[in-house]
Amino acid sequence: MNSLSFELAHTLPELILVCGALLLLMMGAYKGTKGDWIISELAIAILGIAFLTLFTKLDGKALIWDGAFVDDAYARFMKGLALVGALVSLLLSREYMAREKIDQFEFPVLILLSTTGMLMLISAQNLIGLYLGLELMSLALYVVAAFHRDNVRASEAGLKYFVLGSLSSGMLLYGSSLLYGFAGTVSFVGIAEALKGGPSIGVIFALVFVLAGLAFKMSMVPFHMWTPDVYEGAPTPVTAFFASAPKMAAVAITVRIIITAFPGVMMQWQQIIVFIALLSMALGSFAAIGQTNLKRLMAYSSIGHMGFAMVGLVPGTQAGVYGVLVYMAIYLTMTLGTFAALLSMRIGDRYVENIADLAGLSRSRGTMAFFVAMMMFSLAGIPPLAGFFAKLYVFQPAIQAGFYWLAVIGVLLSVVSTFYYLRIVKVIYFDEPAEAFSPVHREVTGVLWVATMLVLLFWVWPAPILDAASAAARSLF
Amino acid sequence: MFGFGILSGLILLPLVGAAFILALRGDSAPVQNNARWAAIITTLATFILSLVAWNRFDIANPGFQLLEQRTWLSETILYKLGVDGISMPFILLTTFLMPFCILASWHSIETRVREYMIAFLVLETLMIGVFAALDVVLFYVFFEGGLIPMFLIIGIWGGKRRIYASFKFFLYTLAGSLLMLLAIFVMYGVAGTTDITVLLKTHFDPSIQKYLWLAFFASFAVKMPMWPVHTWLPDAHVEAPTAGSVILAGILLKMGGYGFLRFSVPMFPDASQYFAPLVFTLSVIAIIYTSLVALVQEDIKKLIAYSSVAHMGFVTMGIFALNQQGVQGAVFQMVSHGLVSGALFLCVGVVYDRMHTREIAAYGGLVNRMPLYAVAMLIFTMANVGLPGTSGFVGEFLTLMGAYKANTWVAFFATTGVILSAAYALYLYRRVIFGVLDKPSLADIQDLDRRELVLLVPLVVLTIYYGVQPGPILDACAASVALLVKNFDAAIAATKTAALALN
Repeated sequence: MNSLSFELAHTLPELILVCGALLLLMMGAYKGTKGDWIISELAIAILGIAFLTLFTKLDGKALIWDGAFVDDAYARFMKGLALVGALVSLLLSREYMAREKIDQFEFPVLILLSTTGMLMLISAQNLIGLYLGLELMSLALYVVAAFHRDNVRASEAGLKYFVLGSLSSGMLLYGSSLLYGFAGTVSFVGIAEALKGGPSIGVIFALVFVLAGLAFKMSMVPFHMWTPDVYEGAPTPVTAFFASAPKMAAVAITVRIIITAFPGVMMQWQQIIVFIALLSMALGSFAAIGQTNLKRLMAYSSIGHMGFAMVGLVPGTQAGVYGVLVYMAIYLTMTLGTFAALLSMRIGDRYVENIADLAGLSRSRGTMAFFVAMMMFSLAGIPPLAGFFAKLYVFQPAIQAGFYWLAVIGVLLSVVSTFYYLRIVKVIYFDEPAEAFSPVHREVTGVLWVATMLVLLFWVWPAPILDAASAAARSLF
Repeated sequence: MFGFGILSGLILLPLVGAAFILALRGDSAPVQNNARWAAIITTLATFILSLVAWNRFDIANPGFQLLEQRTWLSETILYKLGVDGISMPFILLTTFLMPFCILASWHSIETRVREYMIAFLVLETLMIGVFAALDVVLFYVFFEGGLIPMFLIIGIWGGKRRIYASFKFFLYTLAGSLLMLLAIFVMYGVAGTTDITVLLKTHFDPSIQKYLWLAFFASFAVKMPMWPVHTWLPDAHVEAPTAGSVILAGILLKMGGYGFLRFSVPMFPDASQYFAPLVFTLSVIAIIYTSLVALVQEDIKKLIAYSSVAHMGFVTMGIFALNQQGVQGAVFQMVSHGLVSGALFLCVGVVYDRMHTREIAAYGGLVNRMPLYAVAMLIFTMANVGLPGTSGFVGEFLTLMGAYKANTWVAFFATTGVILSAAYALYLYRRVIFGVLDKPSLADIQDLDRRELVLLVPLVVLTIYYGVQPGPILDACAASVALLVKNFDAAIAATKTAALALN
């Protein structure tokens, strides 16, 4: 039996977020809609503090709440990524929300609640914890997707997300109940123990349903249909949030459940992961070619990137998980940077959303143009930018484990995807200027600066991220 | 300084210049001029530094020199630099050609001068890095990173079909290189490190060797370029600005040949021997076919581009002759071609700056108005043909001799290419330089000015000097090539013994 202080210490980030969210909710309710800026500032501060608590020296692995919740290096690493994603999205949202006149105080509160769900999800060590975290995260996401409620497309996005999301939750629940029925326990470790003798047909069913539910959250093919519509319809900062933090949590729990609960059915889950990774890479590469809307393009790009990240999971080795973690960290940086760039470009009163709007950006805003171009090259995985190293770390273990054809198809698809990233660079640099851009707030350009510098200079000093990811991957095995 | 050696200095110096230009603000004429001067000073300083490195280089030592090493991505993926007799000439070639590129763009680039100079300096860093890297992953990063500045150079400052050309260039090269990356992972799995010096001593199983060789071949063959994956080159050359073509022909193409010498031959000797007939066939086709294609070109740059493909055919043929003459000839041919084709593109740039067309039909009788230009062009054309007394001869002769020792028929067919190259080069020269000057637009064309003389004279001198005195380049690479050939023969003999022992 753990002491209360022990349990509190290991759930400190979650506690801070929950208390903060409730406090802000009260403040908002009493002050009405006027106190919005101070509330989002406070929310940012809360997220920041929660992030800092991750660095407190806690040793080893702590299993608390009857084995429902685990705090290890892996959880701390992924929580850090999710918190950074939420924090930066909130930072990016402030100016946009004010301009679009949807800067209600509920938004930061919902982000905080959703982030709490993510942290729970990342630390889940049994099926109950998984489902609780997932739903807490998703319910808040459904609302923020439709946050611009007078906008038809945003409402549509919210509804679509909700309906499809509930479907996937249903599948996950069904799979979990089957799993419980066959294993007799909800704990990941217990399931692994029960599956040691080899799987029965029912367990394989359960595995398929659980992974289908999780693939939906990671927006991987064939459960990706919601992604382009939601990305396009939702307000841009919300899209930035969708593309960053929830992805981290979904990938984190997928890796965790596969590694801790399913080592006994390796053959089976490998087939599934190979299948969805291949399809995601293919769809992400080909479907994005025809897009004209940048947010939609980023949706397909994120589908493709999830496919690449999962290539690292396929071998099921520590090196592979390490690759996935590095990939996610770099992907987070690139995504946030790209969305910061999107949010820092306005023509007149309108935020830039079409690729054609970027024409001649290099003439009017040289630095910005350079940053966006570097982001695109990095997303395409061209060295020496960070995106290349992300691909390096996932393909290398796959090759080591003998998945040659998967790697060959993967890199060829990444050549295809390079085409549409290059197209954006082409519009920025080679086309004649169209309209001039309006100035933007400093916060947004600040994010863009930081992200670009990280992407550009990753190769100079990669050790901090690599070491953290390495420790995290080790703690999972 | 800070534990970094002279090679790191060479890699960093152009970046320092780029950072300086980046710090300049505005787009006014003085700023543009400052950018130009900063670029030329940086490239000259880099050249001088490379001469210092050359001075410290011991040509009698066949191994890697000027080594520096520190951990990078992990304990086994290193930041390791070093040069041997094969890479040193290419580093010098790179640093030597860069000032010419900057000078050639002095007046012809008027828009976004700052960005242009930065792109070139970054490109220089990456090119030096390719030749100095002694870790495969590091090599790959430099090798592939060069695509970004070159893509921008072609796409922003190129000709009419620049977008098509830049995309083709980028995607072609990327597709080839990524397969090489996967092969690198496999090698890492076998050897447990990506250190080239260790990999050179690692024995790869002959059955894996074939796949690895093919993956590396995919990358280098595109880069060389070899027939049939050469089609990106004419497009890229035609659309690139003059200096871009010089770099492309002078250095980027050499990365393919360098790659064969650094990786394919020494690391996969059995596969190299196995696939040598394939390379011979492709080389001979390249030499004959592209020479014939060059004959019918109407665009000067395109003609020179096709002739580059033919000359690279000699290089691949020489490398895979796998003997001392062939390999040394290949190295010499690459350096000489770097100088000569670079100079030819500069010559095209000279008339292009005046007339803004590359159509051969738009010229004729230039000798009447531009005697100096006619002389320079003549010397480079002759070097391109491979006339004895010019540097072009030495390389072609040695590669043919190497090929003759390996396979008589290959040498026979390749020699016809020499005749064909004389045909297209002289035909071009006649149409552009000789004849009657009857086109009104050419009536008051000016001969070379001082800047252009500064550009061309050193290249003329070097072309003739290396033609009569090929020693410096051949001596520089002799020891390393001898080691390469010796190790290769030993590896083949070992495989044979192993096969016999099995029987």
